[in-house]
Amino acid sequence: MTKRFALGIFDDEDVLLHAVENVREAGVKIYEVFTPFPIHGMDDALGIERSRLPIAAFFFGLTGLCFALWLQIYTLGFDWPMIIGGKPHIALPAFIPVSFELTVLFCCHGMVITFYTISKLYPRWKTPVLDVRSTDDKFVVAIEVNENTDMTKLTQLLRDNGASEVNQKEMSKF
Amino acid sequence: MQHVSPVREPLVTGGKTYHDVTQDVCRQVEAAPNIRWMAALSVALFLLGVFFYSVYRTLWYGIGEWGLNKTVGWAWDITNFVWWVGIGHAGTLISAVLLLFRQKWRTSINRAAEAMTIFAVICAAMFPVLHMGRPWLAYWVFPLQNTFGSLWVNFNSPLLWDVFAISTYFTVSLVFWYTGLVPDFATIRDRAKGPIAKVAYSLLSFGWKGSAKHWSRYETVSLILAGVSTPLVLSVHTIVSMDFATSVVPGWHTTIFPPYFVAGAIFSGFAMVLTLMLITRVVFKLEDYITLEHIALMNKIMMVTGSIVGVAYITEFFIAWYSGVEFEQYAFINRATGPYWWAYWSMMTCNVITPQLVWIRRVRYSIPLTFVLSIIVNIGMWFERFVIIVTSLHRDYLPSSWAMFSPTIIDIGIYVGTIGLFFTLFLLFAKFFPVINMAEVKSVLKYTVDNGPTYTGHDPHHHVHQPATTHGVPASASVNYDKHD
Repeated sequence: MTKRFALGIFDDEDVLLHAVENVREAGVKIYEVFTPFPIHGMDDALGIERSRLPIAAFFFGLTGLCFALWLQIYTLGFDWPMIIGGKPHIALPAFIPVSFELTVLFCCHGMVITFYTISKLYPRWKTPVLDVRSTDDKFVVAIEVNENTDMTKLTQLLRDNGASEVNQKEMSKF
Repeated sequence: MQHVSPVREPLVTGGKTYHDVTQDVCRQVEAAPNIRWMAALSVALFLLGVFFYSVYRTLWYGIGEWGLNKTVGWAWDITNFVWWVGIGHAGTLISAVLLLFRQKWRTSINRAAEAMTIFAVICAAMFPVLHMGRPWLAYWVFPLQNTFGSLWVNFNSPLLWDVFAISTYFTVSLVFWYTGLVPDFATIRDRAKGPIAKVAYSLLSFGWKGSAKHWSRYETVSLILAGVSTPLVLSVHTIVSMDFATSVVPGWHTTIFPPYFVAGAIFSGFAMVLTLMLITRVVFKLEDYITLEHIALMNKIMMVTGSIVGVAYITEFFIAWYSGVEFEQYAFINRATGPYWWAYWSMMTCNVITPQLVWIRRVRYSIPLTFVLSIIVNIGMWFERFVIIVTSLHRDYLPSSWAMFSPTIIDIGIYVGTIGLFFTLFLLFAKFFPVINMAEVKSVLKYTVDNGPTYTGHDPHHHVHQPATTHGVPASASVNYDKHD
């Protein structure tokens, strides 16, 4: 399925932030904004909800902690109890380091894998982009358009809000 | 918006635009390898060859190839292990701790410092694995039941804690580093001309496009990773120190070890970061990104941690006397005046006296002096671990088993070899990966001001009319962004 996009190219992130707010206020739906670096305030301007990844990270960490405690208590306390250095079988203070490390291990990897999965980021042979300069120094506002869109009006709206260029691009898979 | 101080030096000098940052960092990735890089790589590869030969001898003939004896069972191997792990710590400190403290200057050095962490941990891991004697059974350190089917690993042992600490540290550092690299790989991908580079960087960039939603999540992930890496990095050297501190060997059995080791790790790590950065900034012409200000700041951290280490040395000595334990007292007197006095005094000179020179402003801002200092600190920190390990072991409770240690050529070969391994990895990284985090540097570019405070950050329309006053460009320079298109 081919999609057509109007691309507003901006040179400055502060101009972009206001443009995004104004374009959305004008009732135009923004498909996506591509920027070379994270811009503070963009989440609010685009209405992106706060990520729930920290909650996921917490539960991954909790899983790691439970697993570590179970592993140590089960193996040394029940499966094959041994007296080591005269300590009790379940020597909790000695279990702290491994419990901490596994908490961190599960938390980080769980969160990062979740991040890549939900963002659909994985190695691919080819990566089509709308404008190659969006990973360099340009800020690109992509708006999906069709035959009924009034391009002149849209171009004017983007221009009025500080876009240095307004282009159109078709993408088959995007 | 960030307040910009009129007094502070800018983070990035030279009035760079976003495009300049991309150009400057991508330059060496896109250019053909130069002679200096190839010369450096061939030296590193030669040393790597020494490493492989020494490892072959160790594996084929056994641990007897090393200079260990039954009194000194740990010597160069564990010294080198602790030395390398310690060096690695600065990378995580820069990327995680300084991120939490909002130290924006870290952005131009964090990428290379994190790479250093990963390569240093790889080098470190070689030593305990080779010391096992049968490295093909290294998986026995994981909690798998043994061949009899029921015996587990001992979770009370600090050596096992080390396994968990080092493997967690390595993998977490790796994903932290890689996640930071993804947007920069995308930049290189979108500039790539050759078909191989296009495919390679497309694969590496994971299809990153820089969408606002992804950036939002990316920032969350970075923050959480920094948050958990901070206690992680402290835990790693704490656990390494417990390898010694939980034993009853005089000179090891002290509660001061965890903080003392962590400070020492950061100290040696910053020394290594300085060594690498001073070379990298010249070779890749990145003087505007890794400025004298960065060097001075790193010098200050080196001085603080070096002073902590100095205080720890003196405290150890005091406590040995104050404890009234004669074995403990002897261990320390023996360190300073025994047969290994030269190692002890090398350590004291390199680690306690040299960093104090950094109090002098001229030294802090001098590139040649900083370079020499960083090498001296690295030597000193190697001696510290040697002193702790060998002088404590070689004369303990039983005088009849006292012995001396001297390294064999294989010991030296493995140590020098890991330096080759480290530099091989670092040189490959420096050539094919962006050595500076472009996205992060671009995001702090506006916080920099050449020639006084021109950026106010209050009036957004200000930039529409006068883009030349932003991005640290003096208004008189009248830089126009369009010239780069």
